[in-house]
Amino acid sequence: MKRFIGFVRKEFYHIYRDKRSLFILFGMPIAQILLFGFAITNEINKVEIAILDHAKDATTIEIINKMASSKYFSINRYLDAESQVEGVFKQGKIKAVINFEKDFGEKLIKNGQSTIQVIADATDPNTANSITNYIQSIIQQYNQSININQAGGTQVFMQTHMAFNPEIKSVFMFVPGVMTIILMLVSAMMTSISITREKELGTMEILLVSPLKPFQVVLGKVVPYILLSIINAIIIVLLSIFIFKMPVQGSLLLLGAESVLFIITSLSLGILISTIAETQQTAMMISLMGLMLPVILLSGFIFPISSMPLPLQLISNTIPAKWFIIIIKGIMLKGVGIAFIWKETVILFDMTLFFMGISIYKYKIRLE
Amino acid sequence: MKTIGYLIQKEFKQIFRNKGMLPIIFILPIIQLLILSNAATYEVKDINFGYIDSDHTTSSRALIERFSSSSYFNLLPPFPSFAEANSAMLEGNVNVILEIPNNFERELINNKKTGLGLTVDAIDGAAAGVESAYVNQIVQGFNQSISLRAANRNNVNGLSGLITIIPSYWYNITLDYKTFMVPGILVLLVTMITLFLSGMNIVREKEVGTLEQINVTPIKKSQFIIGKLFPFWLIGLGLLTIGLVLAKIIFDIPILGSLGILYFYTAIYLLVILGIGLFISNFTETQQQAMFIAWFFIVIFILMSGLFTPIESMPKWAQVITTFNPIRYFVEVVRMVMLKGAGFTDILPQLWKTLAYAILVNGLAVFSYKKVN
Repeated sequence: MKRFIGFVRKEFYHIYRDKRSLFILFGMPIAQILLFGFAITNEINKVEIAILDHAKDATTIEIINKMASSKYFSINRYLDAESQVEGVFKQGKIKAVINFEKDFGEKLIKNGQSTIQVIADATDPNTANSITNYIQSIIQQYNQSININQAGGTQVFMQTHMAFNPEIKSVFMFVPGVMTIILMLVSAMMTSISITREKELGTMEILLVSPLKPFQVVLGKVVPYILLSIINAIIIVLLSIFIFKMPVQGSLLLLGAESVLFIITSLSLGILISTIAETQQTAMMISLMGLMLPVILLSGFIFPISSMPLPLQLISNTIPAKWFIIIIKGIMLKGVGIAFIWKETVILFDMTLFFMGISIYKYKIRLE
Repeated sequence: MKTIGYLIQKEFKQIFRNKGMLPIIFILPIIQLLILSNAATYEVKDINFGYIDSDHTTSSRALIERFSSSSYFNLLPPFPSFAEANSAMLEGNVNVILEIPNNFERELINNKKTGLGLTVDAIDGAAAGVESAYVNQIVQGFNQSISLRAANRNNVNGLSGLITIIPSYWYNITLDYKTFMVPGILVLLVTMITLFLSGMNIVREKEVGTLEQINVTPIKKSQFIIGKLFPFWLIGLGLLTIGLVLAKIIFDIPILGSLGILYFYTAIYLLVILGIGLFISNFTETQQQAMFIAWFFIVIFILMSGLFTPIESMPKWAQVITTFNPIRYFVEVVRMVMLKGAGFTDILPQLWKTLAYAILVNGLAVFSYKKVN
């Protein structure tokens, strides 16, 4: 035990003496969560559109005003002819052109029908789709306001309650994701590098011939990083509560316990990587190239998993980050207890055991 | 010139001898391109729709019928009470809950306004917006059919004032996300590989101690740097080529513009990335530090590139930050050239900025590289 404590102390010296890494270790997560918490949103907001108004009558002006006053659109310019659309799109600033047909208002009164064409730059399908949806709802409200006056029929109106996120803040969606990515990558990267570093520099041999047992060596490597990651997690949670006003509806204790579990899962993944990789370079490339994009894309951090094709939904089950994101959202936003997230917890726990099992199996105590 | 040739030869030997790295450089990115491009979709479909019908009348059933025939909704069996529906939402099994009050039909007939309750799981705000818009569209359709009947009853001649919307989606008629994502993800992979490799390379020689040996040889600073960066520049272009071929064959992504322009731009863009890598290795002592810094920048570059989330929606100050993001320009150029067929003059603004960036970064990197400690 005394030996083990000595070993852990050595690891702390390593970390503590490398001031630059230490600064990066704590500075980066803070910088990233602040930056992304404020900057990333997948909603559209003040999208620049152009108007092609062939009618220029009272009705079109009223509708254009409604669009201009909505928070989704900002009218950039007025076009004169269809031929300009292509040029405008190629420049890339304007995402949609709203085209009113000739005699728009007159046709609306005489024939009871008139059409608006929404030409969207669909290279970004998400923005294109959102634009048409929002224009649709502006027009529907307008339709309704004329119809009520005329027919006087009953109207069903909707009372919509946005549960768990009444102000629809994107932060609620992204902060749990950013937190997960930071914890996962930092933990996996740090452990895998610090173990392969000893291999590469040749000091691993010295550790192996010492009376320390192999699992003590690995455990001693991991303990300091568990502590560092816990501090990181605490900082991130504090930032999200005080700066982004994320609520913690559920138990803070449970949140803490789940975070520790997830940190251990990531660290054991790091250990696994270090048993495969011989050099720091390989370890880093596996933990960066191999983990970064899958974690960003398949965890439900940005893209909803339920929209993915079935094979990918199955693959996403193997990403620990997916389960942790469900857990954090559950505890912080929905305020659920362990009864609602025990399944996810068990999965993370099993993954940890799995990673550790393979690492122990593959861990070489002899030199090649 | 000969010296550079030997240096490049040495680098290539080192790269190809490291059998552990080869699959990471060439195979991992390709697999990710093939798999992950399918994951990046915001499309909202198969919305799990829960409802509580306290009315049990023809009207309420007609309304529900509209939901079950819509392809967006996956109708769940009715919940007996809101509490149960809510608990299903907490578990994450229900996305929207519609409550029909028990006097729904009576109030409709009595010509009063009548209300429906809609609860949306709004943690993903954007998806929630789309979901409630779909629900609204269906309810509006229901309204219209009532109005029509009312109009007939009151002998108003049909309904006037119906504005229809005809959307037309340019460059991507079917709103296929892959067309949008594949070029972008390819850009990311090329950038990540070249940045990580170049960022770690010189630092590695520092850490292992071989850099000193090179420093005492007559190899000039510029020769050494060119010898170090040229192999990664080639690898970057090679990856782009493999990726483009796969994008064409497997995803059938259109390449409307000229490949020459695309390669010309990429050649300059890679200089920026390699310069950043070199700069990082000048200012770090160990590979670990170099990696952390490279990781920090790459995460920021990725998430603020406009690839996954639109730049226009970011706050002003964040948009200013994105102008320093080289990936942003590469993503824009690749999409413009491949999907819109943009020509040389269309990408000039991005090209100038990238060129200036390349000169600045490489200048700084070469300047800060010291042969003597």
